[in-house]
Amino acid sequence: MLKYVGQSALRVDGVRKVTGFSRYTDDLKLSGMLYARIKKSPYPHAKILKIDTSKAEKLPGVKVVITGKDVPIRVGLYLEDKTFLAIDKVRFIGEPVAAVAAESEEIAEEAVSLIEVDYKKLSAVFSPLEGIKPDAPLIHEDLGSYKHASIILPQSGTNISNHYKIRKGNTEEGFKEADFVFENEFYVPHIQHSAIENHCAIAQVDPEGKITVWAGCQSPYTVRRTLATAFNIQLNKIRVISPAIGGGFGGKAGTTLEGIVIPLAQKANYRPVKLSFSREDVFTNTFIRQGMHARIKTGVTKSGRIVAEENKFYWDGGAYTEYGVNIARAGGYASTGPYDIPNVKADSICVYTNHPAGGPYRGFGMSEIHFAIEQNLDIVAHKIKMDPLEFRRKNALKDGGRTVTGQVLENVGFVECLDKTAKDIEWDKRVKKVSATKYRGKGIAGMYKAPSMPNNVGSSAIVKINEDGTVNLLVTAMDLGQGSDTALTQIAAEVLTIPISQISIITGDTDCTPYEWQTVASRTIYCCGNSIKRAAEDAKNQMLKLASLKFGIPENDLELKDGQIISKNYPDKKVKIADLAMGLTMPDGSGIHGPIIGRGAFIPPDVKDTDKETGQGDKPVAFWTFGVQAAEVEVDIETGEVKVLKVAAAYDAGKAINPELVCAQIEGGIVQGLGSALLEEMKIEEGKVLNPSFVDYKIPAIGDAPEMKISIVEVPEPTGPWGARGIAEPCMVPTAPAIANAVFDAIGCRINSLPITAEKVLKAIKEKKK
Amino acid sequence: MKHKIRFTINGEVKEIEVQPNKTLLKMLREDLDLIGVKEGCGAGECGACTVLVNNKPVNSCLMLAVEVDGKEILTIEGLSDGINLDPLQESFLKHNAIQCGYCTPGMVMSAKALLNRNSHPKEEDVKEALAGNLCRCTGYKRIVDAVLDAVKKGGGK
Ligand code: FES
Ligand code: FES
Repeated sequence: MLKYVGQSALRVDGVRKVTGFSRYTDDLKLSGMLYARIKKSPYPHAKILKIDTSKAEKLPGVKVVITGKDVPIRVGLYLEDKTFLAIDKVRFIGEPVAAVAAESEEIAEEAVSLIEVDYKKLSAVFSPLEGIKPDAPLIHEDLGSYKHASIILPQSGTNISNHYKIRKGNTEEGFKEADFVFENEFYVPHIQHSAIENHCAIAQVDPEGKITVWAGCQSPYTVRRTLATAFNIQLNKIRVISPAIGGGFGGKAGTTLEGIVIPLAQKANYRPVKLSFSREDVFTNTFIRQGMHARIKTGVTKSGRIVAEENKFYWDGGAYTEYGVNIARAGGYASTGPYDIPNVKADSICVYTNHPAGGPYRGFGMSEIHFAIEQNLDIVAHKIKMDPLEFRRKNALKDGGRTVTGQVLENVGFVECLDKTAKDIEWDKRVKKVSATKYRGKGIAGMYKAPSMPNNVGSSAIVKINEDGTVNLLVTAMDLGQGSDTALTQIAAEVLTIPISQISIITGDTDCTPYEWQTVASRTIYCCGNSIKRAAEDAKNQMLKLASLKFGIPENDLELKDGQIISKNYPDKKVKIADLAMGLTMPDGSGIHGPIIGRGAFIPPDVKDTDKETGQGDKPVAFWTFGVQAAEVEVDIETGEVKVLKVAAAYDAGKAINPELVCAQIEGGIVQGLGSALLEEMKIEEGKVLNPSFVDYKIPAIGDAPEMKISIVEVPEPTGPWGARGIAEPCMVPTAPAIANAVFDAIGCRINSLPITAEKVLKAIKEKKK
Repeated sequence: MKHKIRFTINGEVKEIEVQPNKTLLKMLREDLDLIGVKEGCGAGECGACTVLVNNKPVNSCLMLAVEVDGKEILTIEGLSDGINLDPLQESFLKHNAIQCGYCTPGMVMSAKALLNRNSHPKEEDVKEALAGNLCRCTGYKRIVDAVLDAVKKGGGK
């Protein structure tokens, strides 16, 4: 019987947050603080001829001015293609070319305006379809010499930074078997994470050269490593601390500002330097979601079985794709969505353009490809006159099914999710016309997602038992709002059999909390959760040993129950955790063992590289999460306006460690997905972002939230803690295609690109009438 | 030239000198260390900086500090007495109406202003009152539930 896992415990960070007490990076005020500003490129692609910083340096109050020369080492997560300040070339509008630290933000601002840069404009690339042409201007001439992870395949002498291929079965043969073949195209624009907290970083260098960085970051250890590479210093000489994080969604997974404040701080005579980005900076100078063009060719039989599929995904990776290359890879190994298709050929191609740098955004490629896959599926279902739900059920991955990489899956809850969602949206009931101008429709979409990460990245946890038997739990998985602090505490509580209130979780300090690769990929409950389970068990086992010595009874007769170790056969033999916390005191007054510290480490078992040419492999990912959403919309055919009335969702969480927080994640994901479906698009013209504010780039407000009905399915993942799978990112993946499919159901028009604006709807209605 | 202004903040009378172009948000955060007040856009678009001035919700990033001369300000820091939470805060906690927490102070203050002027708001009133407060995490449903539940518990006096 589980006592803490599976309970909807209240958030452990809740009181700090409702009182406004939580400290985010920009809330930190250190004595002697200097303030930084960056000088940005006005051109999308240009050679830097000369930078003159002399006037800025002379401005009173200016302490440090740096340029690319000061940070010359290339860095990047999967592909080392960027420097923190541009060196000889700029590749997007807004790219930092110099930075200033001064006594106040106003002085820094003025100093930046005094920096003079001479450029020579170069022709630029604004679309991946342009970028792959043989005569396209090259954005990274030295791509062939960049270091990269073995799973990434850049093509030297082109703008292609990764090309991931899937060759499963034989599509030529497959298409021959098909009774019908359909081809469709889709487009997903750039959008931005729009966490309400803007990015901010502070760095300070002490007299021994040790650097401390404060930044709200999803991945303190990965940030530390990247910075250590960039500044050529030992890892123990750099400390990354993450205060509270005001939303991340992938946008705070990498390094940007940190690499600018460090070189400033190194010249600031031990004074701390803070760089706060404005909302506009966040839109243009931090990660954005990559744009994507999709082409899908589907072969299907009369009975509704998909027998072959050929997919091409062209990713608009932007100026730097250190992270984006792996999004293209994820798009490749998930390329048909959660369906079992025997013959698949897929090419997922990441292309440099002169747009702001693309990067991870909640779902990591899955929202983008599923918008195409799930609308395509709907189109095909309608063409062959089959109910879209039935068509999905028929082709769904089920136990024993094979993914596009050839992996055989077991414990698949997808069909259950389809059924639950269909029931909650009342799939079989339709009110089509509510007035002369208002039409309603329902649409459904499925999804699957796996954590996209290197195979061998680890997590670790430390459980320190305090003198009184309470616990400090140390990890570096970060709570960006998703509730991991709470759920991870529940995991420790379950093993240690003590209430959540007796455990304090401490995160985000590379000098104190143990290694965690990154808080991304919906991997935290699974990876960090497993490491916590092991750490707590380690602490428990140490105590069992001591209790066994104390009572002279074997360990297997002892158990940990409600905070004490007790004999199963002689229940009067018992000892509290507190009495073993510092070791065991023997009858003669001597002591043994010492304080109890549990350690746990975890790497997902048996995950291996796929074949470079075919993408085939037995286990390319740690686990899969499946989910389904269905939407009911109302379309006003006079204004073109789409209103989402209701969304039903079902996700297979494996085991919901905290069911309420799982539902809260799904609700948040739905509304974020709704934003991408109806509202959000970064308007970029000739490389210039035209709408870098919440006035011109609308995200959903309270009035946009639909009625939501959430179901949790629990088909355990055998390697997850109590069967848990990650769900945070999957929550927004199927929303946009479900809405697009509902719009079609309502008015019979397909909108193949996001967002589904009133203009596009009106245009489609007009064209249909013709 | 700095201006001397006098106002009540979270129940305490304060007198300070401020630059005429300083926003209320900057004064609260920088001069008074009331860092529960958040900046999300600095341009009146997100509501993270919401505080009450004479019981009305304002975007403190749009108001000049000098404008609060003679007025009464309430920020998230003044909502609870440090021992007991305000019923609205209790309700946000209980309903999991919080994720990253960055919008929360502004959200709670906007809701507080609503309850000050309408002790029995309906769902539509809540949505209207919070229309200017953006939250990227929660999907809003639990925020609406939390406010309505606080009303039921007598949070709107
Ligand atoms: S910071 Fe004031 S409204 Fe956004
Ligand atoms: S809780 Fe994160 S913005 Fe509202």
